[in-house]
Amino acid sequence: MTSSVDTDAERAPSRAAPAPPPPHAPRLTWRQRLSVADAKWSPYLYVAPFFVVFGVVGLFPLLYTAYLSLFDRELLDLEGTWVGIANYVTLLGDAQFWNALVNTISIFLLSTIPQIIVAIAIAALLNTRLRAPTGWRVGVLLPYVASLVALGIIFANLFGPNYGLVNGVLEMLGFERIDWQANRFASHVAIAVMVNWRWTGYNALIVLAAMKAIPNEMHEAAVIDGAGAVRRFFSITLPLLRPTLIFVVITSTIGGLQIFTEPKLFDAMPGSNNGGSSGQFQTVTLYMYQTAFETQNLGYASAIAWVLFLIIIVIAVANFLLTRRIASSGVAEDGAR
Amino acid sequence: MTALSMAVRRRTVDAAGVRRARFWVYGLLIAFLLGSIFPFYWSFLVASRDSSMLTEQLPPLLPGGNFISNVGRVFDSVPFWRALGNSVVVSGTVTFTTVLFSTLAGFAFAKLRFRGRNTLFLIVVATLAVPTQLGIIPLYMAMAEFGWAGELQAVIVPHLVTAIGVFWMRQYTMQVVPYELIEAARVDGCSMIRVYWHVCLPAVRPAAAFLGMFTFMTSWNDFLWPLVVLNAENPTVQLALERLQSGFYIDYSLVLAGTTLATIPILIVFIVLGRQIVAGIMQGAVKG
Repeated sequence: MTSSVDTDAERAPSRAAPAPPPPHAPRLTWRQRLSVADAKWSPYLYVAPFFVVFGVVGLFPLLYTAYLSLFDRELLDLEGTWVGIANYVTLLGDAQFWNALVNTISIFLLSTIPQIIVAIAIAALLNTRLRAPTGWRVGVLLPYVASLVALGIIFANLFGPNYGLVNGVLEMLGFERIDWQANRFASHVAIAVMVNWRWTGYNALIVLAAMKAIPNEMHEAAVIDGAGAVRRFFSITLPLLRPTLIFVVITSTIGGLQIFTEPKLFDAMPGSNNGGSSGQFQTVTLYMYQTAFETQNLGYASAIAWVLFLIIIVIAVANFLLTRRIASSGVAEDGAR
Repeated sequence: MTALSMAVRRRTVDAAGVRRARFWVYGLLIAFLLGSIFPFYWSFLVASRDSSMLTEQLPPLLPGGNFISNVGRVFDSVPFWRALGNSVVVSGTVTFTTVLFSTLAGFAFAKLRFRGRNTLFLIVVATLAVPTQLGIIPLYMAMAEFGWAGELQAVIVPHLVTAIGVFWMRQYTMQVVPYELIEAARVDGCSMIRVYWHVCLPAVRPAAAFLGMFTFMTSWNDFLWPLVVLNAENPTVQLALERLQSGFYIDYSLVLAGTTLATIPILIVFIVLGRQIVAGIMQGAVKG
C-alpha cells in the first residue's frame, strides 16, 4: 500500500487529461486547470478550520494570558497597570499557591498510581477467555458516562462527615469515623477515589488493547520454556505494556494537573471556591478560578495560569522524551510520529 | 478420548497466554462492576426517598416512591428544561462541527499531498498536549467584548473542532482509504470535496461515529468554561446541577434526583452504543 504513495491523488488530473484529441498538447482546458487548482488548494481549506479555531480560542488566549500576567488588572478595569514580573514574585511567596500546588500533586499521585495498578489488573482479568467479553468491557466503562458534576455531588454525599455512607460503613466495621472534608489527606483520598472511579475502567480498556496486541508466539515460547502465568505476566506482558502505560500517564498528567470540577463540587460549602474551610483541597485551577472570577484579579490569576501551564508542559515533555527512549528500544512507536 | 485431550489442552495454553476464565475472575469482575454501578444506584436511591434516610444508621437499600415528586421539585428549583435544551443544542452543534472538520482535515492530512503538510500535522500533534483550558481568562474577556457572555455561542465556538479529533481521523483515514479509490474518483472527474464525500466519508464512518459519541459526551459533561461564561438563567445541565447543590442547606434527595435525571439520557446512549464506544477506545489505543 505504501508503494502507491507516489501515484498520489494530486497527480490524477494530469493523467486524466484525454491524451489523443488535442494536437497542441500542453494547453489545459479551463476545466482541467480548475481541477489542478482544486487539488492544490483544497487541502489547505480542509485543514484551515482546525488552525483557525485553535489559533483564535486556543493559542491566542494562552499567549495573551502571559501578557496579562504582567499587569495589575481588575475584572472591570479596562486598562490595568503594568507591573512587570511583580505578579510572579508575589506568586513565589504566596503560601496559598504552594498549598494549592501541593494539593494538586498529592491528588494527582493518589489518583494516578492506584488507578494504573488496578487498570492493569482489570485488563488482565478481561484478557482471560470470558463469556460475553464485550458485555464485560462495556460494563467496566460504565463510570465513564457519569458527568463530573453529578459525580462530585454523589461522592460529596457518600463521603459526608456526618451522614455519609462511607463513614457509616466504617463505623459499622468498628473503625473511627473520618472527617473526609476537614482532614487534608483524607479529602485528597476522597477526591482521588472520584477520579479513579471514573477513569480506571477506561484505562483498563486501553491496557487491554495493548495486551491483545502482544504476539501469541511470545507466550507460547515462554510456556515451552516452563514459565508460569505469573512469571509470563511480569516478564512479557508488563514490559511490553510500558509505552501504553506511559501514554496513559501523559494523558492523565495533562488532565490531572488541571483538576477543577471534583474539588469544587466536593466542598461542603456549596458554591465556594476555597477548596475546604482552610483550602485543604484547593487545587491550582480552582485557585486560578477563584482569583480571576471571585477576587477578580485578572493579572494575578493569569500568572497562576501561566505557571501551571509551564509545569504541565515541562512534565509532558519529560514524559514524551521518556516515552521516546523506551519506545525506540522496540515497541510500537506510532503515537510519537 | 479426543474430547478429553482437547479439554486438557484448552486448560493449559489456549491461544497461548490467554487462559480460560476461572470463577474467581468472574467474582473479581463482578465486584468491580458492582462498585461501578453503586454510585449511580445510590443516587437513584436517595432521589426516590426523602433526605431523612441519610440520617439513619443503616440506610435502606431499596428505592422508595418519591422519585417523581423529587424530580418535580428539580424542575421547580432550576430551569431544567431550558438547561436540557441548551445542552442538547451545544453538544449537538459541537459534535456535528467536530466530526465534519476533523474528517475533512483527517482526509487532507492522510491522503492529499500539499506543501507544509508534515509541519502542519506536527503542529496538530503538539497541540494535543496544550492545556487550552488555562486560557479562559482572555477568552472570557473576548466573549464579554463580543457581547457573547451568557449566550450559547460562547460555549460552542471554542469547541468547534479539536486536535484529538483531527489526529484521530487522520490515523484512521490513512488505514482505511485506498489511494486507488481516490485516483479512480479523480479520473472520473470528481472534485476534491466530492472525493471526500463519496469515497472518504463512507470508509471512515465507524471512526467518525465514535468521534461523534466521544465529543458529545465530553461536551455534555463540560463544566469549567460554561461556569465561567454562562449564567444561572441560561445554564447547561451541568450548571443547573451545580446550582441545585448550592443552597445553604443541601437537600440531597432533590440534588440527587437532578443528577439521576441528568445521567439517564447519557446512560441510554451508552447502553445502546456501548459496543462501538468500547471498540473505538480500544482501536484508538492501539493506533494512537
